[in-house]
Amino acid sequence: MTIMLYLIGLSLVMGGIGLVVFLWCLRSGQYDDLEGAANRILFDDPPLK
Amino acid sequence: MTVEVRPGLCPGPAPARSAPSRDGREAPGSHFCDHCGLPVPLGRRFCCPGCAAAFDTIQELGLGRYYEQRLLDPALRAPRPEAAERGDLARHIESLPDGTHVLTLALDGLQCGACVWLIEQVLARESGLLQGRVNMTTRRLRLAWRGAAEEAERFVAAVERLGYRLVPFDAAAQAAADDRTGRMLLRALAVAGFAAANVMFNSIAVWVGFGEDMGPATRSLLYWVSALIALPAVAYAGRPFFRSALGALRAGHTNMDVPVSLGVLLVTSMSLWEAFHGGRHTYFDSVVTLLFFLLIGRVLDHRARGQARATAQQLLALRVTDVAMLQPDGSVLRCAAETVPPGARVLVGMGERIGVDGVVERGEAPLDASLVTGESLPVPAGPGTKVFAGTLNQGETLLVRATATGNATLLAECVRLIEAAEARRGRFVILADRVARLYVPVVHSCAAASFIWWWGVQGLPVAESLLIACAVLIITCPCALALAVPAVQVIAAGALFRAGVLLKSATALERLAEVDIVVFDKTGTLTEPVLALADDPSRDREALRVAASLAASSRHPLSRALLAAAGPVPAAEAVEERPGEGLLCRTPAGDIRLGSRGFAGDPAAPVAEGPELFLARPGLPPVAFSFRERLRADAVATVAGLQRAGLHVVLASGDRACVVGPVAATLGIHDWRAEISPVAKVGLIESLRAQGRRVLMVGDGLNDAPSLAAASVSMSPSSAADISQNVADVVFQGAHLRPVATALWTARRARAVMRQNLALSLGYNAVMLPLAMAGLVTPWLAAAAMSGSSLLVMANSFRARVREGRAA
Repeated sequence: MTIMLYLIGLSLVMGGIGLVVFLWCLRSGQYDDLEGAANRILFDDPPLK
Repeated sequence: MTVEVRPGLCPGPAPARSAPSRDGREAPGSHFCDHCGLPVPLGRRFCCPGCAAAFDTIQELGLGRYYEQRLLDPALRAPRPEAAERGDLARHIESLPDGTHVLTLALDGLQCGACVWLIEQVLARESGLLQGRVNMTTRRLRLAWRGAAEEAERFVAAVERLGYRLVPFDAAAQAAADDRTGRMLLRALAVAGFAAANVMFNSIAVWVGFGEDMGPATRSLLYWVSALIALPAVAYAGRPFFRSALGALRAGHTNMDVPVSLGVLLVTSMSLWEAFHGGRHTYFDSVVTLLFFLLIGRVLDHRARGQARATAQQLLALRVTDVAMLQPDGSVLRCAAETVPPGARVLVGMGERIGVDGVVERGEAPLDASLVTGESLPVPAGPGTKVFAGTLNQGETLLVRATATGNATLLAECVRLIEAAEARRGRFVILADRVARLYVPVVHSCAAASFIWWWGVQGLPVAESLLIACAVLIITCPCALALAVPAVQVIAAGALFRAGVLLKSATALERLAEVDIVVFDKTGTLTEPVLALADDPSRDREALRVAASLAASSRHPLSRALLAAAGPVPAAEAVEERPGEGLLCRTPAGDIRLGSRGFAGDPAAPVAEGPELFLARPGLPPVAFSFRERLRADAVATVAGLQRAGLHVVLASGDRACVVGPVAATLGIHDWRAEISPVAKVGLIESLRAQGRRVLMVGDGLNDAPSLAAASVSMSPSSAADISQNVADVVFQGAHLRPVATALWTARRARAVMRQNLALSLGYNAVMLPLAMAGLVTPWLAAAAMSGSSLLVMANSFRARVREGRAA
């Protein structure tokens, strides 16, 4: 049954990665302007500095 | 929310005018300015030189695509370059240690994604700028650059030339605007979601294991893993509830968060104890799932009201202004309005807002007092006239001696009046908290009773008796109950938002549902905020055409009303505008004048009811134009609908009886009061409330603000004075009155659904409570029942949407 230990560990690590990525997105302001992001995709100019 | 699109500016498949002729100045057949989209007289492409310059700038930079891709919303401010007041930038620039300067500005006039693109492209072409990024949600522009701090002026001017208005964000206002609560809730939701999913994996294994042959050691391991995930998650994601519960307990009452917090803490400690002693049951899954569901409700609730809150903050930010104080030595010092001592002299230039209350010493100019009084027509001011903070100077520079500043101004006085009225209104106890006040003692006594029964009477060991008591708390943990109200609120608020109604107060919906009497203000509420030309069969068509051709070059509200009545006409050349007097056009045959009675009129002409204009042409008698208010198109139908639904409708106006009477008759309102002062209006509302009536006040002017605050619940049109919008619980947009009725019906329906939800979750508790007290509840049953009831309540909440065309 040691496989269970690995699997539990693995599931926690995978879930944890998802959580960390989400918190990073939130911290770096990617959820600050959802409306702007939805509109920006319509303009295909080179990215601004 | 439906967006009306100005003709010719829609980026549809076949735009009527998608590519304007880029060389000539003529655009035959269009009545709208090529740049800002405001109406222009026939034969002109631009409404003003500013727009023409903006158009040229955009074309020179090769950004002409902006005009093809944008979508103008007539309800918003048009992108017309104006000489606007702008505070001192330097005070707001933040300098970082690495030599970078950062400035955040409130952006007024943002219409759609194309505006964001245009602003960012224009800024990208400015040298020295590190970042110029628009946040479309909060309508803010963030500038970052290296070099001299003064460069900010150049960047800001580049954007202002396009027709947007920029106002630096006050540091304090900006800190308040940062949505810390929203982010915290979202983080808590993420953590709770992660924990709920992972704990549930383990729990399902355990539940299956009961039927198979899972050993106690494996079960213990799974419990420990669950505990490892759940404990930090509860500590982190539970904070919003713990904090709110503590606050309520300190204030000496309970709210829904008290049983939630208590249940969460008790169940967690009990599960921990079980895991420690190798027990059969733990409830970690229930705890984190409960938090996850509750946080979904909190996040949605916060989002729904965020829009209204952001709008109010934007208004406040746009009001931060400086004043030019005249020093004794003749020099001018720009400083914050609050720091001006009474008695100081202040210069107010054209297009600048007066920052103080005072008396005009020199200069004559029309003042736009719409912010303060809601009155759309400018009032003339000259030496000796008293002026108030918040009014806009539309003419030459005025020298004002300050009599009151900062907190002593009329504007601040009104704010205090409103605060006093709001304090009298008292705390409204929301439905959920009223239930919680009954629910908490009942549930907790049941838990205590079952413990005493099993331990004292049945002689079970303390630990097992405690387990049963805890199971009672878990099964009754008010998950569905706590979701019952916010879920409905989110759905109703979303439906109202799409109908152009913004709910500003969290309890507005519940208060609206109880309303049985509606008090309307007249001007600007039942009537349209702009004036219309009165019909006069004796007036000849030619006079109107001539008057409109002069009016075409003016932005005065009466000129616009004339233009609207006359339809497209060619604009007269060489029209001179004399502030406070009127318009003058010199022709070879003589002067044509359009303006006030003294300027162009016949002093002997009969005095009209409302505002008037006169047209004087050489060799012809003066022609009078009178203007009147026009009822909102659906006012009659809406008032009739309210009365049919059994609501008592009252019309209370400060206007004269001879004006109010006919309006009330047209609308079928029998109970109307005329010439009623703001204080008397508050008295009327308070006497109605003293009779036990629930009053909805609908008004727009500053004079209505105290009565808005005194009413049980209040609504303002979005054209209202800013201060009224800030007081009102609900703000509605557009030219119609129907949103008032829509809000009322939605609120009533929402209340009905809330009650159903509460009944559903209480019914579920009534069934489960005896089972738990009998000691029959297992963890899987608890988890399934809890999630099931929450989902049922959420599904039922979707019925809060009112179907179109359905009245109550």
